[in-house]
Amino acid sequence: MIVAKRKPLNEIAEMVAPYKRVSVIGCRSCVAICLAGGEKEVKMLVSALKVKNKKEGRDQEFEALVVERQCEKEWVKEVEDKVLGSDITLSMACSLGAQTIGDMYPSHVTFPGLNTGIFGVPEEQGVWSEKCVGCGNCIIHTTGGICPISRCAKSMLNGPCGGSANRKCEVNLDTDCAWSAIYDRLKIQNRLELIEKVTPAKDWSTSHAGGRRTYVREDAKLTPHQKKGKEAIQ
Amino acid sequence: MKAGSNLEKVFESGKFAVTAEIGPPQSANPEPLTHHAKMMKGSADAFNLTDNQTAVVRLSSIASAVIIMREGIEPVIQMTCRDRNRIALQSDLFGAAALGIKNVLCLTGDHQIFGNEKPAKNVFDFDSIVELQVFDQLRREGRQVGGEVVKDPPRTYLGCAENPFATPYEYRVSRLAKKVAAGADFCQTQAIFDMVMFEKFMDEVRSRGLDKKIHILAGVIPMKSAGAARYMKNKVPGMIVPNEIVDRMKNAKDPKEEGIKLCIEQIEHLKTVKGVHGVHIMAVAWEEIVPKIVEMAGLLPRPTFQ
Ligand code: SF4
Ligand code: SF4
Repeated sequence: MIVAKRKPLNEIAEMVAPYKRVSVIGCRSCVAICLAGGEKEVKMLVSALKVKNKKEGRDQEFEALVVERQCEKEWVKEVEDKVLGSDITLSMACSLGAQTIGDMYPSHVTFPGLNTGIFGVPEEQGVWSEKCVGCGNCIIHTTGGICPISRCAKSMLNGPCGGSANRKCEVNLDTDCAWSAIYDRLKIQNRLELIEKVTPAKDWSTSHAGGRRTYVREDAKLTPHQKKGKEAIQ
Repeated sequence: MKAGSNLEKVFESGKFAVTAEIGPPQSANPEPLTHHAKMMKGSADAFNLTDNQTAVVRLSSIASAVIIMREGIEPVIQMTCRDRNRIALQSDLFGAAALGIKNVLCLTGDHQIFGNEKPAKNVFDFDSIVELQVFDQLRREGRQVGGEVVKDPPRTYLGCAENPFATPYEYRVSRLAKKVAAGADFCQTQAIFDMVMFEKFMDEVRSRGLDKKIHILAGVIPMKSAGAARYMKNKVPGMIVPNEIVDRMKNAKDPKEEGIKLCIEQIEHLKTVKGVHGVHIMAVAWEEIVPKIVEMAGLLPRPTFQ
C-alpha cells in the first residue's frame, strides 16, 4: 500500500493560515491503514488546529470530512459541495488524492496535509517499510523475491557492495542489507547460481526515468457509446 | 596489451606491483596534487586518484589525473556510478582516454549520506559490475551499451575493488569472479588488517583459479595513531581491524613509527601470499610516508619499461 506521514502541525497551520474556511478531507484507504489520514487522524488534526488557533487568536472554520478513496473521482464527487464551499481543501489522503481533487477543481486550491513516501508493507504495529519503487519491470523472481531496487540504498543489480557489515546496510545500520538478504534467501532456495552471473544494465525507461507513465487497459476502457450512457445516468 | 599502461606492463612482467592513493583537494587548487606527485614520483607504478571519495566534493579525478601526469607519473582514475548515468560514464571514459589516462577503476561509489552534500540525488544507473561490463564491451567490441558503434573506442586497463571483509563473507569470492567475468583486469582490495581472514579469501580465490585471471593488489593503510585504528575498526563499514592491532597501536611509544613498522610487516606478509600481485597503499592524509614505506619494504627501485 501507499504509506504516508502527516506533515508537522506548524507547517500545516502555516499553509492554511491565509484561508478562512478550510475543508480537511481524509481517505479510508491506504492512509487510514497507515494511521496518517483516515477519519480519526482528520478529526485529531482539526482539533489540534482549533486549539492552536484559539491560543494564537486566529479565526478559522474547519470541516472534517473523509471519503472512501480520494484517488477516484466518483468518491470525491460525494463531497464536491463541501470542497467548493470552502476557501481551501487540505487533503489528508496521499498525494494522489490531493491531486485528484486538484485536477477535478482546478480553480479551487488544494494543499497536501501528508508527505507521501513509500510503497510499503506493515512489518509490525506502527512500522512500515519500503519494498518497491515501481520501476515498471519487476525482477524479483531473480533475486529471491526481494527487491534490490527499493531495498538496496544504491539500487544495485550485483550487490552486496563492500560496505555490507554484519548483514546490515552501510547507509543505515538499523536496516538489513538487501543483498545479504537476497543471498540468504537464494541459498535456502538452492538458487545461488542466480547471483553468480552478472546482471547486465537495467532498462530504466519503464521507470519514472522514462517520463510520466500512464497504463492503459484497452479491454477495460469504455466504448464511446458506453461513455455516453454513463454520463446520462450521472 | 590492452592499454599499454605502466601498471599493465608491471603486472605482465610478473613483478610485484605498487600503487598508492592520492586524495584530490577539496578546492580548485592543483598545488597539493603537484606536491604529492613530485614527492611520490618513483615510489609506485601508478597513482590512484579517488573520485569524490566518501561523497565529499573534491577536485575531479580526471582533472587530477591530468595534473599529476604533467609531473610524469601514471594515474589510475576512480570512476563511481553514484554521480553519473551511462551517458556520463561512457562520455568520461572517452574523455579520460583522449587525455591519455589508461587505467580506470570502476566503483559503485559511497552513498552521499557519508559526504558533505547529503541532500544530493544519487544516480546509480549502474553498479560497478555493470560499469565494468559496459566499459569492457566498449574497448573490446567498440560498441556502447545502447548499441552505437564507436569508431575509435577507448583502450583502457580496467580495475575494480573488492572487500573480503564485507558480508556475506562466503559470497565475496563469487563477487570477485563476477568482476572478472565482467572484464576487470586488476583488483584493489579493501585495507587488510586481518591476515587470517584474507588468506582464507585468497585460498578460495586460488581454488577457483581467479588469481590467473585477475591481478590482485592487496590494500594496506599505514596508521598514525591508535585513534585511527579504533576509528577504522568501529566506524568504517566493512572493515575488520583485530584487537591486537588496536592494542599494538595503543601501547606504542611512538605510534607513527609503530604504524610504519606494522604496515611494512603487512606488506612483507602479503608478498608471500600466492596470488597477490602487488600492494595498494592508501596513506590517507599521510601521503608523504609512502616513499619511506615502499623503500623499507624492499620494493625499490620500481621497474621501468622502454
Ligand atoms: S523490481 Fe521494480 S517492480 Fe519489482 S519490486 Fe522492485 S521496484 Fe518494484
Ligand atoms: S550495504 Fe547492502 S543494501 Fe546497503 S548499499 Fe550496500 S548492497 Fe545495498
